[in-house]
Amino acid sequence: MKILVAVKQVAALDEDFTIRADGRDVDADFLIRDLNEWDDFSLEEAVKIKEASSEPVEVLAVCVAPDEADEALRKCLAKGADRAVRVWDDALEGSDPIAIARVLAAVARSEQPSLVFAGVQSSDQAFASTGIATAAFLEWPHAAVVTLLTYTPGAANAVFRRELEGGLLHEVEIQCPAVLTIQLGINTPRYASLRSIKQAAAKPIEVKSLGDLGLSGDDVGETGSHSRVRRMYVPDKGRAQLIEGDAAAKAKRLAEIIREFKGESA
Amino acid sequence: MSGVLVIAEQRRGELRPVSLELIGAAQSVRREGESVTVALLAPSPLALIDSLKVSGVDEIIAVKVDAAEFDPETFEAAVGSLIAERDPDLVLVAHSVDSFGYAAALAAKRGLGFATDVFKIERIEDELVATRGGYGQKVNVEVDFPGRGTVLLAIRGNVFKPPEERASPKVTEVTASAVSSRASGREFIELPGGDDVDMTAAEFILTVGRGIGEEANVAQFKELADAVGATLGCSRPIADAGWLPKSRQVGQSGKTASACKLYVAMGVSGAIQHLAGMKHVATIVAVNSDAEASIFGVAKYGIVGDIFEIAAELRKHF
Repeated sequence: MKILVAVKQVAALDEDFTIRADGRDVDADFLIRDLNEWDDFSLEEAVKIKEASSEPVEVLAVCVAPDEADEALRKCLAKGADRAVRVWDDALEGSDPIAIARVLAAVARSEQPSLVFAGVQSSDQAFASTGIATAAFLEWPHAAVVTLLTYTPGAANAVFRRELEGGLLHEVEIQCPAVLTIQLGINTPRYASLRSIKQAAAKPIEVKSLGDLGLSGDDVGETGSHSRVRRMYVPDKGRAQLIEGDAAAKAKRLAEIIREFKGESA
Repeated sequence: MSGVLVIAEQRRGELRPVSLELIGAAQSVRREGESVTVALLAPSPLALIDSLKVSGVDEIIAVKVDAAEFDPETFEAAVGSLIAERDPDLVLVAHSVDSFGYAAALAAKRGLGFATDVFKIERIEDELVATRGGYGQKVNVEVDFPGRGTVLLAIRGNVFKPPEERASPKVTEVTASAVSSRASGREFIELPGGDDVDMTAAEFILTVGRGIGEEANVAQFKELADAVGATLGCSRPIADAGWLPKSRQVGQSGKTASACKLYVAMGVSGAIQHLAGMKHVATIVAVNSDAEASIFGVAKYGIVGDIFEIAAELRKHF
């Protein structure tokens, strides 16, 4: 039995960054990359199921990205993934979440997992779409924002709670194979030990091309995407009125704001 | 193809307020002469459509679905049929947990142009352009949809103004074709309270975020909150780590802090869901050592500084 965990290497912006000359993205020199926070939780959930299982479970981490994402995949291997697959082709440049999902679905088709996990969203572009679009291409049942999961490997169904707005949960039973998007807080992700980091460094990362998966360049990139970035720009800064001065002066003004609210005079 | 199709949202027999915001968004972007159609999917939709009868709505479609509550496959099929039948050029849904469960699948299967968490829609030289945030909301991203006849957008809440004027649009009743869904909803569970605090009633909330660094520091902020007369809240990572009970979490997935009028956020960087859940508050004061923190984008007052220093100084005044 297998669990496929879709992961993304996200990018945060360096303090001073510039927009690329074509105006459609940030200059790559200013991107600080890491494994998406949500994916840390979905990987942990898969590893937890594996550890609690009496039958063998394989945890497969899959990333659609160029080789700089190997670092994120090594992190997954260090935290308990058994295998790591990375898919890349230059034609994937400019792919939106739906085009990425088409690739993930092709991997799932060849790997035949019982569950596919994806993070609810990525911390950088926050589309909250890749996992559910993957389910669409697989025509598998799916659910988003899972915050508690009960699943025994080999079982026909999984039971989970999805986290709704305003402190409400919804319990749902779903047939497997299924795609679930995993919410922060579903578990406590482990830290990788130095030993496992060393071991992960020696493990192979399986690299696949579009052709290996039966896809062509037209399935991905701008042609295979359902949106296209037209322009990226830095918005006008928020309207927060900055309170200046030293810590004492700032705190004094904050105390005044609090007293004004409470209808007391300073 | 033409017109805007709005998918209203309901849960447990109540219309969600974002539905009216979607109508506001539809009105802002519709071209002259184009119709706005609002669909509501529910087991008994007619009981819920009254508040959708507002100006700018041409037609309400009450879609009877065979699911007591939201179900991804049922909703995807029903909305898919509406799109096939009505052929709108724009479909609007809320950027909500329910939409997370089916909108991307619908767009993927039907080849729709697609973007989520959209806070601005415009037409530039007659091309539809949607704006969303990127890189943790540090940049704005304009996206377009070349070659897509129908575009599906998931709209951020609390952005578009709901129309207020009442009207009498035409009402059409439809029964969605049965779907044998592979998931079944069981029950709703209210987030269990860890202590007796009621964040929904709190008028003054002081929240701590990741900036407090470690669990041992929670106590001093609890003491500060008590001293200034605030209810202590926290952002998601603090509750997830178990440093404070889940009942104290504010933001979109926590309890709705609907009564809050003064919100002091200390060491909260402002994840998008946190901001979405708190931006209704009249006075937000953000204290953060990172001048670039997203929370300064919604705060009325900003203090760039060390939260421990500010907290210690503030304590002296109470």
